[in-house]
Amino acid sequence: MSAVPPVQQHPPGQPEGAVSGLPAFYERAGGLLVPIAAALLAFVIGGLVMLVTEKSVSAPFEAYKAIFEGSGLTWFIPGVGDTAEEARDLQQTLIVMTPLILAALAVAFAFRCGMFNIGGQGQYWVGLLMAIWFGTHFPGLASPLHAGLAIVAGILAGAVWGGIAGLLKATTGAHEVISTIMLNWIAIWVGTWLLEAPDGYLQGTDPSLPRSSDVLDSAKLPEIWGRLQPLHAGIFIALFALVVYHLLLNRTTLGYEVRAVGFNPDAAAYGGISVKKNYFLALAIAGAFAGLAGAIDLLGWKYRLTSTEFPANLLGFTGIAVALLGRNKAVGILFAALFFAALDVGTSPRQLDPEVFNPELATNLALIIQALIIAFVGAELLILYLWRARRRVGFSGPKRIEPELKT
Amino acid sequence: MAPAPLLELKGITKRFPGVVANDGVNFELAKGEVHALLGENGAGKSTLMNILYGLYHPDEGEMRLGGKPITISSPREAIDHGIGMVHQHFMLIPVMTVAENIVLAMEPRKGPFLDIDEAEERVREISERFGLAVRPDARIESISVGMQQRVEILKALYRGAEILILDEPTAVLTPQEADELFEIIRSLQGEGKSIIFITHKLGEVLQIADRITVLRRGKTIETVPRKGATEEGLARLMVGREVLLRVDKKPAEPGKSALRVENLAVFDERGLEAVRGVSFDVKAGEIVGVAGVDGNGQTELVEALAGLRKVANGRIDVAGEDVTGSGCRECLDAGLGHIPEDRQRRGLILDFSLAENLALHNYRLEPDSKWGWLYPKRLVARARGLLSEFDVRGGGPQTHASSLSGGNQQKVVVAREVSRNPSVLVAAQPTRGLDVGAIEFVHRRLVQERDEGRAILLVSFELDEILSLSDRILVIYEGRIVGEYGPDVSEEELGIAMLGGGKEEAAA
Repeated sequence: MSAVPPVQQHPPGQPEGAVSGLPAFYERAGGLLVPIAAALLAFVIGGLVMLVTEKSVSAPFEAYKAIFEGSGLTWFIPGVGDTAEEARDLQQTLIVMTPLILAALAVAFAFRCGMFNIGGQGQYWVGLLMAIWFGTHFPGLASPLHAGLAIVAGILAGAVWGGIAGLLKATTGAHEVISTIMLNWIAIWVGTWLLEAPDGYLQGTDPSLPRSSDVLDSAKLPEIWGRLQPLHAGIFIALFALVVYHLLLNRTTLGYEVRAVGFNPDAAAYGGISVKKNYFLALAIAGAFAGLAGAIDLLGWKYRLTSTEFPANLLGFTGIAVALLGRNKAVGILFAALFFAALDVGTSPRQLDPEVFNPELATNLALIIQALIIAFVGAELLILYLWRARRRVGFSGPKRIEPELKT
Repeated sequence: MAPAPLLELKGITKRFPGVVANDGVNFELAKGEVHALLGENGAGKSTLMNILYGLYHPDEGEMRLGGKPITISSPREAIDHGIGMVHQHFMLIPVMTVAENIVLAMEPRKGPFLDIDEAEERVREISERFGLAVRPDARIESISVGMQQRVEILKALYRGAEILILDEPTAVLTPQEADELFEIIRSLQGEGKSIIFITHKLGEVLQIADRITVLRRGKTIETVPRKGATEEGLARLMVGREVLLRVDKKPAEPGKSALRVENLAVFDERGLEAVRGVSFDVKAGEIVGVAGVDGNGQTELVEALAGLRKVANGRIDVAGEDVTGSGCRECLDAGLGHIPEDRQRRGLILDFSLAENLALHNYRLEPDSKWGWLYPKRLVARARGLLSEFDVRGGGPQTHASSLSGGNQQKVVVAREVSRNPSVLVAAQPTRGLDVGAIEFVHRRLVQERDEGRAILLVSFELDEILSLSDRILVIYEGRIVGEYGPDVSEEELGIAMLGGGKEEAAA
């Protein structure tokens, strides 16, 4: 017989509180446990892959060391390596991180409203394209004004692109996953047409090249660190966007409504909240974040766009992974974005010593690790879901389906 | 105990993470006995029976059947041991016939084919033996809920059940159907079957059980014979303190009409007319009960009143303001409070904190927010006051609603709706799934709100609740109001009206 005292600390009569046992455990771990475990496990498996392909026990360790150094994160540790080189690497990492944060916010904001925004990529492109137009026009405009104008244009373009999907969902019930994917393709092909068509609207001075002109200097974001490819002021905008995201969700009535709809649309409607309005707004705001990413990517360091970038750039999709790993929380997204950016820069062939690490393997390794992390984080959600479902449905037997979770 | 028990459960302990659901529970069942298992929600009744039926495995304890120790690791094994269970929610396939459902997975065969004649014959035979009066060739979807329950009982008997577990069997039945069920239980008893009857309703226990075992917080409190047991005594055992079973209230002092419904028609999801020309009014300071069997338009009526469902025809006035066709927010602003029938689906956002849940209507008003800027600290401060006023236990303002017990969740809903000071309060199934203590609280509060001059519309499937709270009673049947009664009407008369046999059939 058990000597365990009955559950004083629990509200009376809560044996079925077992249902929430697993989620409660996660709550206590602050949601950190799984993302970190997923990352570690992914590195271990990635290491095993290297072990097999390189046929050397030390290969994984050397490679990870090289990646870490290549990411420039060692800059923070004084006395290790060449500071100037480290600074260059770190500038790269932060440049990559900047739009990644915004792309992740575009996923996270929609997610908090119960929607899956796959359209970050398209929203990024329309923001970027709009910024090209504004950045290449209006010569003579004062610098901060010009850049600000192009940024606002990019934000609005992204918001419109996301808003279209939101509007379709609100009015016709079209699923946002389908519509945002389609809008991605529309953005890509419209962009291609703008750059490639004879007399393409955004085409640069040389009509034989599918390339835009550079934006005017007055539209470029200020450089803040480094010389070769310096870090630009866009990083402040991205960090500011994280703060905006957090405040918007948690400190405004709009955020309250968005979260209410995301958690339980029935209860939200019962509270007098318009579910449709929030679907539209949430996707428009999500699109604004992605549009902003496109604008500052362009104005910060790209300065122009070549149509070959359309198939190569997968930022919007990496944003999904970052949001997933960062648990849709502002701080989580910051670190997840830094992590993915470091991995990306650290494995880019440019940074790696081919003696230590086969560059082809390096890029693939980054993909392997990223994919594994997503799989693990996703699997955790699946496990959580199955855990709950198991309690609802019982095992194989004809257990009753509970009308509500008894507590 | 004179005869050796047929079934013995000794020291059964089942732990879930953080909770001991069954803590050394003892339970005995004699052959031919009806043994009630009584306890509040969450007392561990279902856990114990799920262990007996092989759905859970106990951490400690032993089970003996006919004196021999047994283990049961699946429902299949339970059935092999002669244990059958009728769940609260039926596991029947609507498009198949009674006989097909019953023989499912144990079909008599003719070669590779189902021998349907043989199946029907066997079902008819068992049905007649126990006086169940079920037609084997009827389709499940065309028979009543009470009949479906009998089909479940038949299914268990067909599989050779000697011990029958009935999980809250009367929850879905009208009083007449419940009486018929008790007849069936007696005839099963007469044939030597043993029955475990799970319930939290005291009246039923005294009506049908030979012995009563009371569980509280996972422990066996006592096993008592029916003789000498009283409702008050059982309630005390269940809750662990004195409980006021009767609702104390003064006669109503109705004032002006606060909710007026005229000729209201509402469609359900399938586009069928669920509410068909309903008219009534509720005056300030009275409780009007709407009695009826589940599925007669109550849900649609309430949703229409709350602005959550389109009104096809007719008119709704809340506190003198025409809110017909307005949205939910307009209805709320006009002075409507609404305790929804499903607190987990509609009434609460389980992933929100209690403070956020309590702000579900007021978040956009001062002082909760200003110009769209939310003040979480003010939400928390207000929540703290409400939680203590409404005696919500198990969490503070920052606790997620999901971690509260059902009774405390409902208190949160009631607190929110009442604190807005509505002139009309629509309470749909306000005590569904709650335990005795929480029911007492909700009932007292509703009466208190009435006395403060609110108009209260109470929609409930529980006749006891309707009878003990209402100052006037309307009976709804197939979307129409088929009768209006005073508070002294008998349960039988209401029961007949609920099945469409009312005295004012033509009234609308």
